[in-house]
Amino acid sequence: MFKYFEPNKIFSITSRAPKYVLTLFIIVLSIGLIESLIFSPEDYKQSHSVRIMYVHVPAAWITLGIFSSISILSLIGFIFKIQNFFLISKSLAPSGFIFNIIALVTGSIWGKPTWGTWWAWDARITSMLILALFYLLYLLAWRIYQDKERIYKVTTIITIFGIINIPIIKYSVDWWNTLHQPASINILSKSSIHSSMLIPLIIMTAAFALFSLLIFLMKYNTELIKIKNKGLDRI
Amino acid sequence: MYGRKVKLRFFFVTLVILILVFSIFLILKSLEENVVYFQSPSEIKNISEIESRKMRIGGMVKKNSISITSDEVNFVITDLKNEINVVYSGVVPNLFEEGKGVVAEGYLKDKNFFIASKILAKHDENYMPPEVKAALEEK
Repeated sequence: MFKYFEPNKIFSITSRAPKYVLTLFIIVLSIGLIESLIFSPEDYKQSHSVRIMYVHVPAAWITLGIFSSISILSLIGFIFKIQNFFLISKSLAPSGFIFNIIALVTGSIWGKPTWGTWWAWDARITSMLILALFYLLYLLAWRIYQDKERIYKVTTIITIFGIINIPIIKYSVDWWNTLHQPASINILSKSSIHSSMLIPLIIMTAAFALFSLLIFLMKYNTELIKIKNKGLDRI
Repeated sequence: MYGRKVKLRFFFVTLVILILVFSIFLILKSLEENVVYFQSPSEIKNISEIESRKMRIGGMVKKNSISITSDEVNFVITDLKNEINVVYSGVVPNLFEEGKGVVAEGYLKDKNFFIASKILAKHDENYMPPEVKAALEEK
């Protein structure tokens, strides 16, 4: 069922989608920025620097989500030999990497006024830096190798190593003493973030997810055009 | 249903993941002392000998324990079970307050006395507007 797919059929949808996604992204981002920069209150303790969180936390969520997706797609693609999944993974990676860098940089900017330091080698921050290195390895693997089969093997191995890092990032703040605070938002129990701050956070997450989708569609279309240029109607 | 090769690849991937999870678990377990960013005053009480190596102690700044003189800051870090006195000379971060989290980096003089060369404020996971905080305190 997944073995063969027709680029032409998919392309007719994905080539038209970016402009709608872009419009939606601009609308959601504007609402999110107005909510988070103007309407949301300042924090009782850290005052206005809490606004960095509206970029930092969504970026971190998206980058973790994208790496998990890449890993699962690569694993399934590797076991069942589905080429399309590798192309989807390849197109997802750049925006995941960018959000990883954004999360690290905004965290650093927030850390200076709050903790009193730009950088700390604590478990959460270090594991996040390792994730960025895995993204870099993954992106480089696609550039270095020419042979398709080899690319698929190497990228799958990179994602196997990387996926083990994901639960370490998530639970680092619970397993060890870290400078980074534990999660404020819990699905099962009550969140320790006030609703007036939670709403802009969710809107910003939606905006970042749309941005990732936009970049993904543009990258994916490029891959499809490459296949079409080779004169293949299916891969 | 699935071919032999698909099954083989499936077992290969599962095996690799299991071995990696196990080995990374062992590595992190043995490195635990270095993975933790700071130690609590109770852990300091339990150490057998004072090492001259740089370390970090974290906990809460004890209420009414901060005393600031012209060239140094004295305060007490507590984890509600044990306490340790800290002396520091330098600029403290804005969020350094009594009753809030703190991490001090420096050297241990003895089990009750710590000379800090750097103070970091630890932020907790609570986010709320000042009005809500005031309302909570009234309760």
